[in-house]
Amino acid sequence: MTGNKTVHEPLFHVVKREDMSVKKKLLIYAAAFVGGLLLVSIFCALCSEDTDNPFEMFTSMFDGVFGTQRRFWVFLRDGALLLGVSLALLPAFRMKFWNLGANGQIVISCLVGYALMKWGKESGVSNAVVVILMIICCVGAGIIWAAIPAVFKAFFKTNETLFTLMLNYIAEGLVTVMITIWAPKGSGSLSPITEYGLPSIINDQFLPILVVTLLTVVMFFYLNKSKHGYELAVVGESENTAKYAGMNVKFITIRTLILSGAICGLIGLLLVGGINHSVNPTSHAGMGFTAIMTSWLANFNPLVTIVTSFLIIFISLGMGQVRQDFGFYNDAIANVALGIVYFFIIACHFFINYRLVFRSSKRPDEDSFIMNRKAPEKKPETEIKETTEEKQGGNA
Amino acid sequence: MKKVIALLLTLAMSVACVATLAACGEKAEPVAALITLHGSSSTYDKNFIDAFNTACQNKGLKKSQYTVKSDIDEDDSCYTAAADFADKGYKAIFADSFGHEDYMIKAAKEFTNVQFYHATGTKAHTEKLANFHNAFASIYEGRYLAGYAAGLLLNTMKNKAKNNNFQVGYIGAYTYAEVISGYTAWFLGLEAALDEGYTATMQVQFTGKWYDETLEKEVANTLIGNGAVLISQHADSMGAPTACQNATVPNVAYNGSTGLNTLVAYSKINWVPYFEMMLDQAMGGAAVATDYTGTMENSSVQWALGPNVAEGTLEKVQAVEKELKAGTRQVFDCSTFTVTKRAAGTNGENDFGLNVNATIDETGHLLQYHADVDTDVAFTGDTDVVKTVNGMRYFAESDKRSAPYFDIQIDRITLLNAIF
Repeated sequence: MTGNKTVHEPLFHVVKREDMSVKKKLLIYAAAFVGGLLLVSIFCALCSEDTDNPFEMFTSMFDGVFGTQRRFWVFLRDGALLLGVSLALLPAFRMKFWNLGANGQIVISCLVGYALMKWGKESGVSNAVVVILMIICCVGAGIIWAAIPAVFKAFFKTNETLFTLMLNYIAEGLVTVMITIWAPKGSGSLSPITEYGLPSIINDQFLPILVVTLLTVVMFFYLNKSKHGYELAVVGESENTAKYAGMNVKFITIRTLILSGAICGLIGLLLVGGINHSVNPTSHAGMGFTAIMTSWLANFNPLVTIVTSFLIIFISLGMGQVRQDFGFYNDAIANVALGIVYFFIIACHFFINYRLVFRSSKRPDEDSFIMNRKAPEKKPETEIKETTEEKQGGNA
Repeated sequence: MKKVIALLLTLAMSVACVATLAACGEKAEPVAALITLHGSSSTYDKNFIDAFNTACQNKGLKKSQYTVKSDIDEDDSCYTAAADFADKGYKAIFADSFGHEDYMIKAAKEFTNVQFYHATGTKAHTEKLANFHNAFASIYEGRYLAGYAAGLLLNTMKNKAKNNNFQVGYIGAYTYAEVISGYTAWFLGLEAALDEGYTATMQVQFTGKWYDETLEKEVANTLIGNGAVLISQHADSMGAPTACQNATVPNVAYNGSTGLNTLVAYSKINWVPYFEMMLDQAMGGAAVATDYTGTMENSSVQWALGPNVAEGTLEKVQAVEKELKAGTRQVFDCSTFTVTKRAAGTNGENDFGLNVNATIDETGHLLQYHADVDTDVAFTGDTDVVKTVNGMRYFAESDKRSAPYFDIQIDRITLLNAIF
């Protein structure tokens, strides 16, 4: 960026693109997804002793997700739960508050829920009382676990990324401690308390699906149509703008994280009260981290998050069946396969948002970026201004 | 570009559809499914997976008739996996981890025409379901023999003894009966082999995980650092054996050979006979017992020596094996160990006490033990398990139920921590 005419052009530049149609975007995503799966299918066939036909992988994947009624219900349930966690992260992420603590917020809620169920069983209180207390306390636990880093961020400018991450370990450690106290002679597992918990509507899978469906609608309107949603987006874009516009940034930060934690607490409630009826340090099933990917891939759009969440669950459940059918007794091969598919999707995300402009393909009449590079010779001030703009554009 | 992508997509989808159709129609009726906690990188689960595949091949099953689902956590995913196999028409479903039990019982209650089997579990004899079975083996005998081989090796390492006492170390997963029974049997076997005038003490440290290679390695190094001259373990990774190899400390293994040249001996449960019985039942044969204990006689309990043994070990261990089979020697012979009692609450509110269910004489030898055989939330003792046969008083392990219930902390074994 020297403005010198004789400077050597690098082989290619990375340029942001904004003109791509939705249709084309979707097509590229689909192509990347299928391309990744094709590569994985060849990889799996090479690794398997049981089969040599790469296309059997597709059969297995579809069978694993749609093969029986139960599998389909489980697919909907797991997809809904992951979507729920993603929705919890969205408001925080839009505010550029990197909440990496969803795992901890879920697990602490599961722990509180299990404690209440255990108390209910020991004292013989009716299930209705326990469920009401569970709803309040599980959501409350999630809120506390998310609000702590938010308060510190708002008042002391601590780094929320590390703070939320560390709280995950504390929550998981607390579960281990409580298991030791509750089951002094077991092998690190608590017996499920099936007598207490959320009511089963239609089947065990339906309740989470219903709750998350409602949640998605609410979150869509909250983020896109409400004043709160607008405020947190402004805080995310620029805290100073928000302050100038008279917004209370500290309050908005804490309020948004309370919402984020509450949703995580709700997911924890569904897990402990409706599905596992028990708790262990990995009750969150890693969803807190997976949801970072689903919400990011969806560009923090709640509707697109539906697609990405179910896509990820499709791959993971499908790969579970592939492992079984292909005789992979070790999770290593399945993990490599998942990694390849994720990589394809994330890579195409990059190419949808940016494009490479090669040296040979520069055409000044088309490429505004290269024009900008040439312009500054006459007006050096403009160059500085424009490059800063580019930088900002690149970060958005 | 767009056309190419569209073309590729169409191609991929159509091939997938064809593959789906082609795969139909050639499948034989499914028979047996295995659910494991970890994958084949865990020595414990590998032992099950290998035995399951061997048994299915021995019984002439086609590949499409049996399957393994690994890395199933001890939560609702175990129920989902079991129910899914039942949906698909599998007749025998086996799960291999202690924490799977409640979820297998849930599935057994729902699918009454499918048989469910569970290793190391404790509830089949009290649940009394026609289609839920527990299985384990008298592996404490195998452990004892592996310990005996280790004791013989120690006799050749007398320069490592301090005041004629050998200190050994043990890495355990969790502080509960299955692990306690295992290390106590191992230690008693080791002591029994020592030359006159020599004694042994043992430090045990728990990891709180069934599979954590780094942690197990770390704990092994700690124990070696504390002065252990020989190490054994009941945790499922290669962590401890590798640490021993690096420090050239002899190691006694469980579940199978480690393939390392510090290996003294290993014992393992051979699940092939049990899986074969299970498959027989699935194919119309006799029903498997609700609570089954494999023994040395039916080769459910196996042991073998490694490269690092003293001369003449094989003959001596075989002689002891004969005595065990004949009943003239008992692993938990009450005259070979002493016990200290401490009432609950002695050291404050959270003190559960020590060996509260034991009755001992003035020298600390065990007279009777009220074991927790019928699992309940409070872990109360319910059954007397010390027997006297031909003048020998011994703790009868795996007699009232298959899963171990020996959870006495005997003298000379020090627990560095406790993780449940």
